[in-house]
Amino acid sequence: MSIFKCTATAALLLTAAAARAEGPGLGQPLEAADIPFYATYVTPEGTGLPAGSGTAAQGAEIYAAKCATCHGATGSEGPVMPPVGPNDIWAKPAGSYWPYATTLFDYIRRAMPLEAPKSLSDDEVYALAAYILERNGVIDEQTAMTAETLPAVKMPNHGNFLDVWTKQGAKPW
Amino acid sequence: MTRSTKDSAALEYAAGGGLLSRRMLLASAAAGGAAGLLQPSMARAEAEIPEWTKAAGARARGYGAPAAAESAVQRAIIEPWQDVAPAFSLSGTPHHKLRGTITPSGLHYEVHHGGRPDIDPARHRLMIHGLVERPLQFDLDVLERYPMVTATHFLECAGNSLFNAVMPEPMQAGCDMLHGLVSNTEWAGIPMRVLMEEAGVKPEGKWVVAAGADGPSLARSIPMEKIMSDGMLALYQNGERIRPEQGYPMRLLLPGFEGNMNIKWLTSLWVTEAPVHTKDESGEYTEILADGSSLQFTFAMGVKSFITHPSSTMTMSGPGFYEISGLAWTGSGKVAKVEVSADGGTSWAEGALAGPVLPQALTRFSLPWHWDGSPLVLMSRAWDETGAVQPPRADWKARYHASNFLHYNAIQPWQVTAEGAVQNVYL
Repeated sequence: MSIFKCTATAALLLTAAAARAEGPGLGQPLEAADIPFYATYVTPEGTGLPAGSGTAAQGAEIYAAKCATCHGATGSEGPVMPPVGPNDIWAKPAGSYWPYATTLFDYIRRAMPLEAPKSLSDDEVYALAAYILERNGVIDEQTAMTAETLPAVKMPNHGNFLDVWTKQGAKPW
Repeated sequence: MTRSTKDSAALEYAAGGGLLSRRMLLASAAAGGAAGLLQPSMARAEAEIPEWTKAAGARARGYGAPAAAESAVQRAIIEPWQDVAPAFSLSGTPHHKLRGTITPSGLHYEVHHGGRPDIDPARHRLMIHGLVERPLQFDLDVLERYPMVTATHFLECAGNSLFNAVMPEPMQAGCDMLHGLVSNTEWAGIPMRVLMEEAGVKPEGKWVVAAGADGPSLARSIPMEKIMSDGMLALYQNGERIRPEQGYPMRLLLPGFEGNMNIKWLTSLWVTEAPVHTKDESGEYTEILADGSSLQFTFAMGVKSFITHPSSTMTMSGPGFYEISGLAWTGSGKVAKVEVSADGGTSWAEGALAGPVLPQALTRFSLPWHWDGSPLVLMSRAWDETGAVQPPRADWKARYHASNFLHYNAIQPWQVTAEGAVQNVYL
């Protein structure tokens, strides 16, 4: 086979592969207005945080009513993964172990409480994030959590993580 | 497991504790066949004829079910907080009651952080958005028209074998409780690359945040590299539509990656520049090391194996011939070999692998064994094609903080007592 024929065959194969990879192209346009909040995630920089505000004192009341049954009277008793540490049950309490405070807002907003996720207002979610952070000694009682203050919170365990994917990709640790 | 009267003096041993040469598999089968030949004889009028042989059977039915006598073959349910958070529930595959490598769909393990949603497939959609040229959405009817691929892969929860990882004394339970959070399925669906290319990923799009349509909208950040190399939008499980427990009507499949990332009830793929540090990658699926620092983004599952026959909670039926059988797998390609020990790790013999050995799939191994009735410890040790091998439990424990129960892949020893009880032990 000549070099020309080889090249032509390779080109044909490439074209065929590309056509297959493209698929039938049946996806429908998705408008921004049709994307619910839980299809995105608040980033560590705070992108995606809504307007609103809440303090630890406000959060304490909501916590007692909607969270204490699972996470304990003050957040450290459990039984379910208590978010206030240190405690005897869970070595990775959300309010001190997680690297970014923004995750508290996003997770509570999308997933909590377990029996009624997405039922809390943005103000309530900010207040609960404030309560958990205050109980962990990460923020003081006076500081309201907002789209500006929450991403600025420096988490105590930040910087104590090794990113295995960046270090060695899919090779197991 | 049956006794054999075969003369043990004629056996060809491969290692201590009665492990036999793999050649003995065929030899003993041939011997058994010969011994089992019936002498020609007259049919006996008084021999029992069971009633089902004297009646018409049941009519055809639209969807089959296991035999009634097999109703005890169930997943083991684990509900750590059943009083306050029953929706956070798990179930483990009863590997000690199964053979082969494919897990029946109804026995595939489950881990639900917020319960199993009841999704109307007509209203479910998959969105692809973020750093793409064309934000798109797909319904099930449209996806059905895409070219599909088929592949067999295991899924394993990062917390599989958690009791062995953290309990000070070995828990006496079956493989369903001890190692049941791994299962193996033939999946069919659409290569994720096809859908992502249709949306047109922008050059800065390096990660995909996948989210489910369940109550908690479970979300994970996934490297674009993995999505594009072998990610699949899985629609079918063992030939039928995916079971609700596994993500009906669609799930993300990332071969070899920890189960939690294989988002069930998948509804959104949001292309980003960087991971967003979701709850599950911030705390639930990070591992604290012995020095107090943590690992994050530990995606691939390590090489692992355990013996299913015999295994913990079983009772031996006396000395004699047995086939040791078990399962091995790795998140890094194929299982290369599985060694078996019947003397607590002093000597090892290589088991036979049932082919074809598939990448990121459960592989069954076996080895003939003559148990002389004395107490001993059985173990299996898998190696994968990257050269990785299972560690002893003490080595695994030494790497991590005492609380860590994720990515446990240590060697599983089973103690066989003189009485024939098979028990979970640490070595």
